[in-house]
Amino acid sequence: MTTLFDRIWDAHVVACLPGGAGLVAIDRVLLHERTGAAALNALRDAGRTVADPGRVFAIMDHIVDTLPGRTDRTLMPGGQAFITETRAAARAAGIRLFDVGDPDQGIMHVVSPELGIVLPGLTLIAPDSHTCTQGALGALAWGIGSSEAEHAMATGTLRLTRPRAMRVTFTGTPAPGVTAKDMMLSLIAAHGAGGGAGHVVEFAGPAVTALDMEARMTLCNMATEFSAFAGLIAPDDVTFDWLKGRRYAPQGADWDAALAQWQTLRSADDAAFDAEITIDAGLIAPMVSWGTSPQASVAVSGNVPADAGQAMLDYMALAAGAPLIGTPIDAAFIGSCTNARLSDLRRAAALLKGRHVAPGIRAICVPGSSAVRRAAEAEGLDRVFVDAGFEWRMSGCSMCFFAGGESFAEGSRVISSTNRNFESRQGLRVKTHIASPETVAASAIAGAIADARELAHG
Amino acid sequence: MAEPFTTLTSIAAPLLRDNVDTDAIIPSREMKSTGKTGLAGGLFAGWRYCDAERTPNPDFVLNQPEYSMAALLLGGRNFGCGSSREHAVWALAEYGIRCIIAPSFAPIFHGNCIRNGIVPVVLAAEVIAPLAGQQVHVDLAEQAVSAGDATFRFEIDGEAKAMLLEGLDAIDLTFKHRAAIAAFHARDRSQRPWVYLEQNHA
Repeated sequence: MTTLFDRIWDAHVVACLPGGAGLVAIDRVLLHERTGAAALNALRDAGRTVADPGRVFAIMDHIVDTLPGRTDRTLMPGGQAFITETRAAARAAGIRLFDVGDPDQGIMHVVSPELGIVLPGLTLIAPDSHTCTQGALGALAWGIGSSEAEHAMATGTLRLTRPRAMRVTFTGTPAPGVTAKDMMLSLIAAHGAGGGAGHVVEFAGPAVTALDMEARMTLCNMATEFSAFAGLIAPDDVTFDWLKGRRYAPQGADWDAALAQWQTLRSADDAAFDAEITIDAGLIAPMVSWGTSPQASVAVSGNVPADAGQAMLDYMALAAGAPLIGTPIDAAFIGSCTNARLSDLRRAAALLKGRHVAPGIRAICVPGSSAVRRAAEAEGLDRVFVDAGFEWRMSGCSMCFFAGGESFAEGSRVISSTNRNFESRQGLRVKTHIASPETVAASAIAGAIADARELAHG
Repeated sequence: MAEPFTTLTSIAAPLLRDNVDTDAIIPSREMKSTGKTGLAGGLFAGWRYCDAERTPNPDFVLNQPEYSMAALLLGGRNFGCGSSREHAVWALAEYGIRCIIAPSFAPIFHGNCIRNGIVPVVLAAEVIAPLAGQQVHVDLAEQAVSAGDATFRFEIDGEAKAMLLEGLDAIDLTFKHRAAIAAFHARDRSQRPWVYLEQNHA
């Protein structure tokens, strides 16, 4: 019978197209300043308009600086034009913009759930590959290119070939210190960075339903690192309790009607998936990447694989078979749409409290949204980070990627709570190790890759 | 609107590593303007150049003289993974690449190729490797790749094929369904009124 994905998809098919594709209704479009101006200006230049600007939102997150006192000016050469042109284009199109100084500014995949822009059962797209994060709320949410963003804004639809359905079931209970980040790195390491290609991946099983809302977002965030079309989790009371009362979520009688529909959004017990993977979450250890693809990840207590490819070893300046623990680092980064929500910062702060990063380590924390930043400050987490030797930043994508402005030192080794360890992603020839916020915090203190469980117990 | 694609004959330039990501195809630092052009120089910048002065790296495939006119790339698994940046495809198209043959493509990159007139051909890795350095002929209508005496059929979905063959503008095509879209919204608005945010400027 039908899967959760089938139900959302079928409810959005406007028309069937020749060749088997479908015209699929799009409920929400999000833009950011990296590509927002390009898409909106291209529409304008073609004499087209945004069909329903009330369902399009723009957020400044990619280019904007995260240093306190920031303005439209950026450390990235030419970055200011992305901000000012996106602002002008959003205003001209009548799109709600979360601007640089807006109290709700932040990384779009943190802000959209915070405000209830994404809701269960919706289709939501953005020209950003990590849009799949928002599938954690039971929405079909995926990243697209600029042309598709233009298409969706002009027509309210996309022309799509139906993806297949995969279920990834995490059974069992993760050990203490094992997080959603470790679950995803474990999946990708076992099944490859292309393992989810062509599929919408529904995450299910007791180890998934036991996750809180923020951890579910971390899980779905890296569906794109699995090359999935989207990641998805069936909405449940955790989802509904989390959404209730948020600004753009339905209110009053609308909430009751919506809830009644949302409670039916799940895969049938006998749903047939095109592919199934089952992983025992009880066997997963905290993970860290050693190479330049997320699939090049191992347990933090493990070693670089003996058969590791030479190109990756050369780039990462690691030897096959070498232990990861003890590898000296130059910098530590906690941020991004993967792991910069309040719960992430709390877990990192619990390890940092009363401790200090090792001498010479550059450590930076960038809250996922301005709201996360305020909430963290209200409970004193900013002091914990600062006292431990971290920089405490304004919200944005920041140094998850190097856009020509701020970056880590050329060739340096960084432990990072982000999602991508590609070559030069965080700066020229920077060697990125991706891991959970706990592992980043513990490694910052040690000055080398470390197992947070030892610190927690020590 | 993209240039229509019917056939292509080109030397096949091998970039046979798995998981070539869009950060490698066009580094973020090379996306210097809000437009869609001026990107070819930044294509594969991290691999193509030795230094900030853009001294060509002689080891990189597209810098080798025999591949200087290549319009066809051979890739590894999960080609185009990572960031959704359409700039990766704009840079490839501006450089002159019209077809990429790989065992699999990352989904967003695949869609971006279709929208910009680059044909993503899926063939098995063991078929692709021997094509390196050969003159390869791609016939989209026939869904066939040939080199020397060998011909390989490939699958491509009907929608993508039609878009590429005719260089169609997807938005114009979709506007033909205006009535169906309006009918969907009228029906949907009564069933899911909360989806329609009349005033999101609150």
